[in-house]
Amino acid sequence: MAALTEEQSMLKDQASAWATEQAPVQKFREMRDSGAAEGFTPATWESMVDMGWTGILIPEAYGGSDLGYLTFGVVLEQLGRQLTASPLFASALVGASAVILGGSDGQKQQLLPKVVDGSEILTLAVDDGPRHAPAAIAMKAERTGDGFSLSGTKHFVVEGMTATTLIVAARTGGASGSMDGLSLFLVPGDAPGLSRARLATVDSRGYANVTFDGVSVGADALLGEADQGGVLLDAVLDRARAGLGAEMLGTAAQAFDMTLEYLKTREQFGRVIGSFQALGHRAAGLFTQMELARSCAEAALQAIDADTDDVAQMCSLSKARVGDFLHEMSNQLIQIHGGIGMTDEFDAGFYLKRARVLEALYGNQAFHRDRYARLLGF
Amino acid sequence: MHMSDDLNAFREEARQWIGENFPESLKGKGIGMEESGEDLGADLDRWRERLAARGWGAPTWPVEYGGGGLSQSQARAINQELVAAGAFNHIPMITGMGITMVGPTLLDYGTDDQKARHLPGIASGEIRWCLGLSEPNAGSDLASLSTKAVDAGDHFVLNGQKIWTSGANISQWCGAVVRTDPNKPKRDGISFVMLPMDQEGVETRPIRLIAGASPFCETFFNDAIAEKRDLLGPLNEGWTVVKRLLQHERQSQTGSGMASSGAKPTPIQELAKGYVGTDADGALADADLRTRITRHLMDAKAHGLTIARITAEAKGNVEVSAAASILKNSATIVAQTKAELTLELMGAQGLGWEGEAFTDQELGTVREWLGGKAMSIYGGSFEVQNNIISKNILGLPETTQKG
Repeated sequence: MAALTEEQSMLKDQASAWATEQAPVQKFREMRDSGAAEGFTPATWESMVDMGWTGILIPEAYGGSDLGYLTFGVVLEQLGRQLTASPLFASALVGASAVILGGSDGQKQQLLPKVVDGSEILTLAVDDGPRHAPAAIAMKAERTGDGFSLSGTKHFVVEGMTATTLIVAARTGGASGSMDGLSLFLVPGDAPGLSRARLATVDSRGYANVTFDGVSVGADALLGEADQGGVLLDAVLDRARAGLGAEMLGTAAQAFDMTLEYLKTREQFGRVIGSFQALGHRAAGLFTQMELARSCAEAALQAIDADTDDVAQMCSLSKARVGDFLHEMSNQLIQIHGGIGMTDEFDAGFYLKRARVLEALYGNQAFHRDRYARLLGF
Repeated sequence: MHMSDDLNAFREEARQWIGENFPESLKGKGIGMEESGEDLGADLDRWRERLAARGWGAPTWPVEYGGGGLSQSQARAINQELVAAGAFNHIPMITGMGITMVGPTLLDYGTDDQKARHLPGIASGEIRWCLGLSEPNAGSDLASLSTKAVDAGDHFVLNGQKIWTSGANISQWCGAVVRTDPNKPKRDGISFVMLPMDQEGVETRPIRLIAGASPFCETFFNDAIAEKRDLLGPLNEGWTVVKRLLQHERQSQTGSGMASSGAKPTPIQELAKGYVGTDADGALADADLRTRITRHLMDAKAHGLTIARITAEAKGNVEVSAAASILKNSATIVAQTKAELTLELMGAQGLGWEGEAFTDQELGTVREWLGGKAMSIYGGSFEVQNNIISKNILGLPETTQKG
């Protein structure tokens, strides 16, 4: 870990102990087996709210603790280890970031305290299609007399089944292919004309395709300025990506620990399989990749906290580099466990399935390599 | 925090001193500049003397041995200020293995007499050291070495052959691992001795490599003499000394070392744009190459961030860290990949050996590409580092020893 403050170290220990004891993978398995449409266990979510994690980013004036993104990442990493499912990421990181960065005083007053106490679940509705491409947004928000009318479908909305307020990216100007002309809107989940279609996904969580059929919102629903939402959206997405970097790191680190433990205990040919050099070297290579990935994940969170001018680069670096490691690690988790890794009874499959969703969310590795190259001017 | 205030004040002082003392004629130059035909010798030596007088040749060594008595953070600050000013500290380079390996190991294991006799000459950049470690039949399996040292009263008599002794032909001193007890198990009969190179029993022959001329030599000991007072560490316990020496070597190969050159290379993506061209959006015209360059740049960034992170976690004390094997392998991948990509983006211009048809940069790229293949072999090969990681860091069983 980065050199953590005392407060961050305590929170890390608290999150680690809580996730291991109160929300381990077994809980996730029970939730999956129950077929819960919300994609998480309400009691687990309530515990997180009680511990104050929903307020980590939120200024004290709105009831939060304002501890910053590295601190949030410390918690997400521990949750990623146990595959703990909850709306914490979508609401208290992504949604809260959008309101903090783009909201008026009134909007902050209205939403942030409720994010902290869990009575609001926010989420970002960004992509029009199955691939992450914010510049390609075509969904329109037509100006009406005193507001806007939204029509179109947003794909793969995280916590789309339970979100109480959606932050919707739509086009008020410009052409598809450009980040200019986008606007962000706060849309209540129960707005007339809004409908949700649950997606049954490999990671068993609560995604939905959300359709807006002439949904009317007032001018006060606008988050930030009309047509200028591209910059805000980019900033919110980067915070989301840095958060995913931390969660992915935790998921991959747990997969690594499980694999290392197996290398030390599983015997074949009369010896532990970790004594075979082919596997020892593979483990050494994965460990090296993990150390490099950790540096990227932490650096992105620290860049946001320090408001450096390379936040976008660092967030793409984190998402791509940690994503690459998680991809390889989740495959090796299965491979090195052999047949047992293929069984549903063992947890390896959960990590593999979750890995691919995390990789795809808000831009996969290819998306972020392309973006990194563009940011560097080639 | 007042600690960082102190560091900032130190940094400010360093910047000012460099500004006042670094010769303008050396700005932006680096080691190897003598090959460019410019005669910078006098200024270079003046700069060495000024660095040495301040103890900055070896900033973290004790003042009594010619060092600066500074912390790791202060040494890093000096380094950063040198780079920022287009300056450099060439003392590590001109002392061969002195600053990076011999000195730190002497500080760990040397007697007061040994430290007093050997360290000041290294810190001032006047005495170059080589190391006699590998032998023709003892490479990755160094402990199987067979060069013998026989007790002859107040000295040892050495016989045998060393190989890959970098800079042996221009060094004044050598640190060598030798077998002092052939009857003990292989790691238990080894000692570490230091001996002057200017003596009848020592002969060196430079080795020509795939990249052409090289600093590497074969070194022959024919009744060479090492004084007993130059035995480093106890008799027959040289393996412990060597292990520490190799840790210092890995540390020096992690890419976290000192600024040895003031020249700022062109970023590879800019070089690529020049040779390959761009499309209407400004993206590199070769999409496949663009992706691979991006991967490389991300690897390089991740490597740099990891050095910074490990340094921060160790609160500045990273003399010898368990992470050295990871960083050495990572640094190797970054450097070798960069060389391959640079060669590739130059097309046919990246395939020249010599002659007017190629620029100095193109020819330099080719030689660097070839020379860089050694990175994954020397200092413990890529595979040996993976053995170390799997055994020492991950706790997996030993795979290289019999029984």
